[in-house]
Amino acid sequence: MGILEVQNVNKRFGGLQALDNVNLDVEEGSIHAIIGPNGAGKSTLLNCFVGRLVPDTGTVMFNGNSLLGIKPHEINQLGVSRVFQTPEIFTDLSVLENVMIATFAHRDGAFKLNAIDPVRKEVDIRDHAEATLLDVGLQDKRNMVASSMSRGDKRRLEMAMCLSQDPKLLLLDEPTAGMARADTNRTIDLLKELAEKRKLTKVIIEHDMHVVFSLAQKISVLAQGHVIVEDTPENIKGHPKVREAYLGEAQV
Amino acid sequence: MTNAIFPSKANDRLLMIFFIIVVLAGPIILAPFGAGYPDLLQRFAIFGIFAIGFNILFGLTGYLSFGHAAFLGVGSYSAVWMLKLLSMNVIPAIILGVVISGLFALVIGYVSLRRSGIYFSILTLAFAQMSYNLAYSVFTPITNGETGLQILLDDPRVLDGGTKPGELPLTNLFGIPMNATQKVEFLGMTLQFNFGFYFCAVILILAFYLSLRIFRSPFGLMLRAVKTNQNRLNYTGVNTRPYTLAAFVISGMYAGLAGSLLASMDPLAGAERMQWTASGEVVLMVILGGAGTLLGPVLGAGFIKYFENIFSKINDNVLHSWFAFMPDGLENVMVTLVHPFVGKGWHLTLGLLFMAIVIFLPGGLMEGFNRIWRKITSKRETATSDTSSDAASTPAE
Ligand SMILES: Nc1ncnc2c1ncn2[C@@H]1O[C@H](COP(=O)(O)OP(=O)(O)OP(=O)(O)O)[C@@H](O)[C@H]1O
Ligand SMILES: [Mg+2]
Repeated sequence: MGILEVQNVNKRFGGLQALDNVNLDVEEGSIHAIIGPNGAGKSTLLNCFVGRLVPDTGTVMFNGNSLLGIKPHEINQLGVSRVFQTPEIFTDLSVLENVMIATFAHRDGAFKLNAIDPVRKEVDIRDHAEATLLDVGLQDKRNMVASSMSRGDKRRLEMAMCLSQDPKLLLLDEPTAGMARADTNRTIDLLKELAEKRKLTKVIIEHDMHVVFSLAQKISVLAQGHVIVEDTPENIKGHPKVREAYLGEAQV
Repeated sequence: MTNAIFPSKANDRLLMIFFIIVVLAGPIILAPFGAGYPDLLQRFAIFGIFAIGFNILFGLTGYLSFGHAAFLGVGSYSAVWMLKLLSMNVIPAIILGVVISGLFALVIGYVSLRRSGIYFSILTLAFAQMSYNLAYSVFTPITNGETGLQILLDDPRVLDGGTKPGELPLTNLFGIPMNATQKVEFLGMTLQFNFGFYFCAVILILAFYLSLRIFRSPFGLMLRAVKTNQNRLNYTGVNTRPYTLAAFVISGMYAGLAGSLLASMDPLAGAERMQWTASGEVVLMVILGGAGTLLGPVLGAGFIKYFENIFSKINDNVLHSWFAFMPDGLENVMVTLVHPFVGKGWHLTLGLLFMAIVIFLPGGLMEGFNRIWRKITSKRETATSDTSSDAASTPAE
């Protein structure tokens, strides 16, 4: 029994079967990668986990709770954080404030009317946020306005926001896209380190096979909304179905 | 540790002291501009409060309400009723005004905040126009329709009724009438120190202080996060609805406070106070001064009220006296040129000014001040070291 169990999930957009009877079983503490060509339905699947989309049929269970029919903030409060494919951050605020907001949400819950004491007195929140920024290597940029950062930095910021919440399940939608090689390697190291330090389960969507094979314990290959194979990296590498799905795409 | 993001306690204290001094010295500072008389000074303070409250909603969350005049009106009506029924002391009137407008804001906000963007604005506008029209029709027993709600000789006033027969009583604070004014001659000007103004000024200072606390608080930070990316906030585990509703109710209560102060200075309430133009005016005030800044709304309110009351009174006689030093022909040309921009044409000047500010200074007057301030400090910084970074943010808000 996995921490995240997805059964028979279907999602149609008009005439397009974006998700076709998808099953997924993510083991607690593991890194589970989802790969597949563009438009395979990978992001759509994650959308069904965080309350952005509701599948037409099927179930999504997390830690014994159904994630369907509850609000995005409730899903997050259960311990699910997500890094989006296009960075979703508070662009007008500083890097540090971005992370502090996530930390507040983790400590204070979905709503707390704390309108009198200043933020500058929240030393614990700030220390925690700064420590997380150090983890992702953004400590020197903490006073920058988030919108002025590079795409790779924005993604690392988003990762810091998620990590500061100490989630049980971290969903990463192409976390290294837009990053330079050095930053990509650094991100891989960070994710590995986190896997060892905390019992953090991750679902990662990634096009970069170097990243996938150096991180994942389990890989699901999605094509046209359907999971064609689910196996260990070793077995995936030479799998004929995977080669077929990626035909024309150079990677595998 | 110096930090540009979280203004220090010393910084905020400096800002408060500056604000208190300027407000309390209002009658002296504004006298040379012809704006030092009690009636207008009171308006500056009251609309400053209105704009500060509006800024907590609009400036922080970005939700643009077009119906806040409704809360101003509700505050005024509630206050006048308290003056009629209970006592001419303004304290109960103000308390009721704030409470009732807060309840109104809770209901209107609860419904309107189900939508965002333009739909939210339209919903608030619809509610306010509905209140305005109902005040003239269904609710005439409460609002006294077109005549407006006034105090009358035979009002019950259970606490202090029937003191002076044949004369309308004055609004007061524990016996001190709001219109008590001390006149002082100073450098050829008449300074008027009015009790009503100082009462409003103290409330303005408290209102400003509360907004400062809200701006600096985690609640304020969440509201600013709503403005930049509400979706992200939801996926971060925050339920944004109660945050925006709290901001809406707080700003509605500020509006109600302003409305009840208007009634406390002049015990009269009419439905025109709730009209959409009045709702639009507070939007202009906040944008003109600088939405999302602390001082901007007060500045914007002052600017617009100054134009409305002073610029509108400049007639051709005044213009002739301005240009009297010129030869006759030129004098007449100047008067003809300036004429459309003053007096009844004050809206034209204000409109042009507003456009210029929105185009060249999207952050309002405060952005202009900040730019000037940064120029000054950056010059100083190159001369000394980087120690002035803390001071640079002092007038920023
Ligand atoms: N909200 C939506 N409405 C309609 N169609 C959608 C919607 N979201 C996704 N789609 C379509 O569903 C299909 C799957 O999209 P999805 O974003 O899940 O692909 P993906 O696997 O994440 O691809 P990529 O690698 O490019 O990110 C695409 O054809 C896309 O156009
Ligand atoms: Mg995608």
